[in-house]
Amino acid sequence: MSDTAIRPRIEQAGLADRLTAALPILLVPMLALLGFAAIGDATTWLTLTVAGLAMGLMIFVMASGLTVVFGLMDVINFGHGAFVSVGAFVGFTALAWMGGWTASPSVVLNLAAVFLAICAAALVTGAMGYAFERVIVMPVYGHHLKQILVTMGGLIVTQQLIHVIWGPDAIHLARPETLRGSVIVAGAAIEKYRIMAVGIGLALFLAMRYVLRSTRIGLLVRAGVENGEMVEALGYRIKRLFLMVFIAGSALAGLGGVMWGLYQETITAHMGSEILVLVFIVVIIGGLGSVEGCFIGALLVGLLSNYTAFLAPKIALVSTIGLMVVILMWRPQGLFPVVKAK
Amino acid sequence: MPEAILTLDGVHTHIGPYHILHGVDLSVPEGGVAMLLGRNGAGKTTTLRTIMGLWKASRGAVRFRGKDITSLDTPAISRKGIAFVPEDMGIFTDLTVAENMTLAATRGAPDKRRLDWICDLFPPIRTFWESSAGTLSGGQKQMLSVARAIIEPRDLILIDEPTKGLAPAIIKSMTGALKQLKETETTIVLVEQNFAMARALGDTVAVMDDGRIIHAGDMAALAADAALQERLMGLSLEAHQ
Amino acid sequence: MLKTLLSGDYPRSRVLSLVVLAIGISLLLAPFLYPGTKSLDTAAKIAIFVVLVASYDLLLGYTGIVSFAHTMFFGIGAYGTALTLSSMGPSFTAILLGMLAGAIVAAVFALAIGLFSLRVKAIFFAMVTLAIASAFAVLVSQLSGFTGGEDGLTYRIPRELTPGFRPIKEKLFGTAINGRLIAYYLIFFLSAFLFLVMLRIVNSPFGRTLQAVRDNGFRAEAIGYRAVLYRTTATVLSAVMAALSGSLLAIWLRYTGPATTLSMEIMVDILLMVVIGGMGTMYGAVIGATIFILAQTYLQDVMGVAEKATEALPLISVLVAPERWLLWLGVLFILSVYFFPAGIVGRLRGQGG
Repeated sequence: MSDTAIRPRIEQAGLADRLTAALPILLVPMLALLGFAAIGDATTWLTLTVAGLAMGLMIFVMASGLTVVFGLMDVINFGHGAFVSVGAFVGFTALAWMGGWTASPSVVLNLAAVFLAICAAALVTGAMGYAFERVIVMPVYGHHLKQILVTMGGLIVTQQLIHVIWGPDAIHLARPETLRGSVIVAGAAIEKYRIMAVGIGLALFLAMRYVLRSTRIGLLVRAGVENGEMVEALGYRIKRLFLMVFIAGSALAGLGGVMWGLYQETITAHMGSEILVLVFIVVIIGGLGSVEGCFIGALLVGLLSNYTAFLAPKIALVSTIGLMVVILMWRPQGLFPVVKAK
Repeated sequence: MPEAILTLDGVHTHIGPYHILHGVDLSVPEGGVAMLLGRNGAGKTTTLRTIMGLWKASRGAVRFRGKDITSLDTPAISRKGIAFVPEDMGIFTDLTVAENMTLAATRGAPDKRRLDWICDLFPPIRTFWESSAGTLSGGQKQMLSVARAIIEPRDLILIDEPTKGLAPAIIKSMTGALKQLKETETTIVLVEQNFAMARALGDTVAVMDDGRIIHAGDMAALAADAALQERLMGLSLEAHQ
Repeated sequence: MLKTLLSGDYPRSRVLSLVVLAIGISLLLAPFLYPGTKSLDTAAKIAIFVVLVASYDLLLGYTGIVSFAHTMFFGIGAYGTALTLSSMGPSFTAILLGMLAGAIVAAVFALAIGLFSLRVKAIFFAMVTLAIASAFAVLVSQLSGFTGGEDGLTYRIPRELTPGFRPIKEKLFGTAINGRLIAYYLIFFLSAFLFLVMLRIVNSPFGRTLQAVRDNGFRAEAIGYRAVLYRTTATVLSAVMAALSGSLLAIWLRYTGPATTLSMEIMVDILLMVVIGGMGTMYGAVIGATIFILAQTYLQDVMGVAEKATEALPLISVLVAPERWLLWLGVLFILSVYFFPAGIVGRLRGQGG
C-alpha cells in the first residue's frame, strides 16, 4: 500500500475553509473594531478596551476550571461561584495580615502581598475543591439533575459559612498603594490594576496552554475530554485525573476571586453567584469543555460589557445574553465545539 | 492445547434495562489468534467490553491467567497487560499521532526499536507522526488504534472489527500486519465479520449468537467442514463472505 | 367528588393526608384561627407559594428539567398586574388584564427559551435560564421609568379588596369582615383552584407522557422532536402558572419590586421548598412551601431563643443564630437530594427514595 494513496487532504484546505476556522479568533479584533466605530473616540476606546480585556481575562481565569471539569466528566458545578467568593474573602484576610506591605509605597512589597494573597486563596479554594468533589459531587456522577441541585446546595451552604466567618456585610477590599490610580497611555487613562490583571490573566492562559499541550497530564486531560473511556482502557484512572482538574479549577476560581475582588474593591458572599452568570455565558459561547473557546468567549464578553456599559449602560448584561444567542444561532455548540467520541 | 490465558465463565451482562449476554463461556488459549464471530447484535462487542470492564458483568466470572478480574475497574484490567482496540477506534483526534502513541505507553517513553518495528508494520504512523490524528483517513486511524495497543508488549489484545468499513486494499495490509503481530508472543482476540480474514488469521474460533457462544473449536476444523460452516453461516455469517 | 377534585391522585399516606388536610383547613380558616396582620400575610404567602412551587415541580419533578428562570415568570406575572393597576387605576378589569398579559408574556418567553435550548442537555437549559433570568432582573431594575427600578411599584387595588371596605359592620368570630379578608379569600380560592388544575395536568395522559420522557432517556430520544415538544409545553404551562401566582402576589402586597419577585434568593427558596417537600409529588409543594415559609417567619424567633440558651458555647451559639437558618436548610437540602429525593412526601409515603 502506498502512503500517497491515503494521504489526508490537508493541503487542499482552501482559503475560505481556513478563514472559517480562524473566524472565532478573529471575532475579538472584529468586536474591538466595531466598538471603536461605535465609540468614535480613541482614548475612551482604549480605556474601555483595556478594561474589557482585564475583565475578560479575569472571567477566563474563573471559568476555565468549570469548562474543563465539564468536558472531562460531564459535570457542571453550579457551586463554582462559591470558590470565587471564598477566594476573595481569603484574599481579603491575607491582605489584611500583610497590611504593612500593602500600605507601603514599594511596588515590590505591594506585588508580593497580592501574589501571596492570591496563593493563599488558591490554596484554600483548592483544598475546598477537594472536599467539594469528594463530598458533594462524587456521589452524583452521571446524574445531571442531582448534580445541579446538590452543587447549588453546596453554594448556599458555602455562602452561609462565609456569613458565619466574615459576617453578612459587604467588605471593602482596598488595592495596595501602588496599584491605585491610573497611568496615562497615549492620552488615555488606564487603571494600573487593570494592566496587572491583564498581565496575570495572560500569564495564566499561556501557562494553562502549555500544560494542556506539552505535558502528559495535559494530554491526558485533552484525551479524556474527547474519550474518557479510551483513557481508562489505556490504564489511566480518569476519576483521579478529574479530581486533580477539579482541584485546579477550584484554585483558579479562588485566584480569580481575589483578582475580581480587587477589581470591584467590594466583596460579598454573593459575588461568586453573580459572576457565575457571566461565567456560564462565557463557557456556553466558547463551547462547553473548550479552553480556547472559553478564552475567546471571555474576551468577547469582557469587551462587549465595557463597550455597552459606556454606550448604553442599562443593557450591559442583556447585551452579553444577546451575544450568546447570536453565537448559538450561528454555532449551536459554541465557538469551539468539543469533539466527543460518544 | 496450550493453557488458557483468558476464560469467561457463564458471563451475563446487562446494559441499562437490556440483557445482552446470557451466560458466555469462552476459553482463549495462550498465543495465537482467537476469532470471535457472529452476526450484528450477537454480543461480540459486549463480550470484549465486559472483559475490559467497560460494562460490568452482572453474573459469572472473567479470569485472566487464572485470576478473577471481573470486579476490577478498567484501568486495573488494562494494567494487567490487556489492550483494547474498540470498534470506533477510540482515537484522540485532538491530539497528534505522536501524542496518541505517547499516552498509550504507560510505562514511560516508548522503546525506540519497538516503535521502529510498529512503524514498519504501519508505515503511515511514521509518515504522519506529527500530524493531528483527526486528519487521518479511516484506515490510518485503524492502524493507529492497533499500533497504540501494541506500543508496549501486551499479553492479550482485544480487537473489535478492525476491517469495518475499510477498502479491500487496506484490509489486505491490515491482515498482513496482524499476521506479523501474531508471530510475537501476544495473544489476540479478534472480533470479525469478514470470514476470509478470519480464516487467514484465526487459530481458534468461537461463534456467538443471541448473547451465547454457539460453537467453539479450531479455525482449521471449521474452515474444512463445509456443512458446519453452512449451518453456522446460515445462522450468523450470512452475507459476510 | 373528591376523586374528581384531586384527579384521582390522593396523598396516599394517612399522615400526609392529615397534614395536607390540616394545612388546607388552617389556610381556609386562617383569618379566624390566627387573627393578626402577620399571620394573615403568612397564610396568603403560603397559598401563593404553593402554586409557585407546584408549578416549579411540574417542571423539575415531572419533566426532569432544571430551570432558574422561574422567578422571572413569577415576576412577569407580578409586574403585569402591577403595571396595569398603576396605569389603569384600581379596577378588577385592570387585574384581569394584568393577569392575562403577564401569563401571555410568560408563555411567549417560555416558548422561546424552550425551543431555543431544550433540544440540548438539561444542564444547558439550567445555565441558559440562569443567565437569562439574571439579565432580566438587572434589566427590570435598570428600566426605572417603566418598572420603578429597585424601588419597585406601589399601587392601589380595587377598594373592595382593601381594609377600608366593610360590607358588614359586625365582627364574625372576633374577626372584622373587610376587604382585606375578601382579598385573602380571592387569593386562597384562586390558589387552590390553580393547584387542582396542576394536579389534573400531571395526572392527564400528557402528564404521564412527561414522566415517561423524564424516566426513559432511550425512549425520549426515540420519539425525538416530540420529546422537545412535550418539554417545551411543560415549560410554557409551568411559566403561565408561575406568572399567575405572581399576579396574586402583586394583588396581595399592593407592591411589586425586584426583591419580592425576581431575586435569585427567591429562586433558591423555591428550589429548597420543592426538594425538601418532595419532587414529582405536587403535594410536596404544599408541604415544602408551608414548612419553609413558617420557618422563614417564625423559626428565626425559635433560633433566637436557642442562641440565647447556648450563649456560653461560642461556636454553637454562632451556628444556631437566627440568621443561620438558611445554612441548615442548605444542609437539609443536600441531604434530601442524596438520601430522600422524594422529599418529605416520599418519606411519608414510605418510599424513601
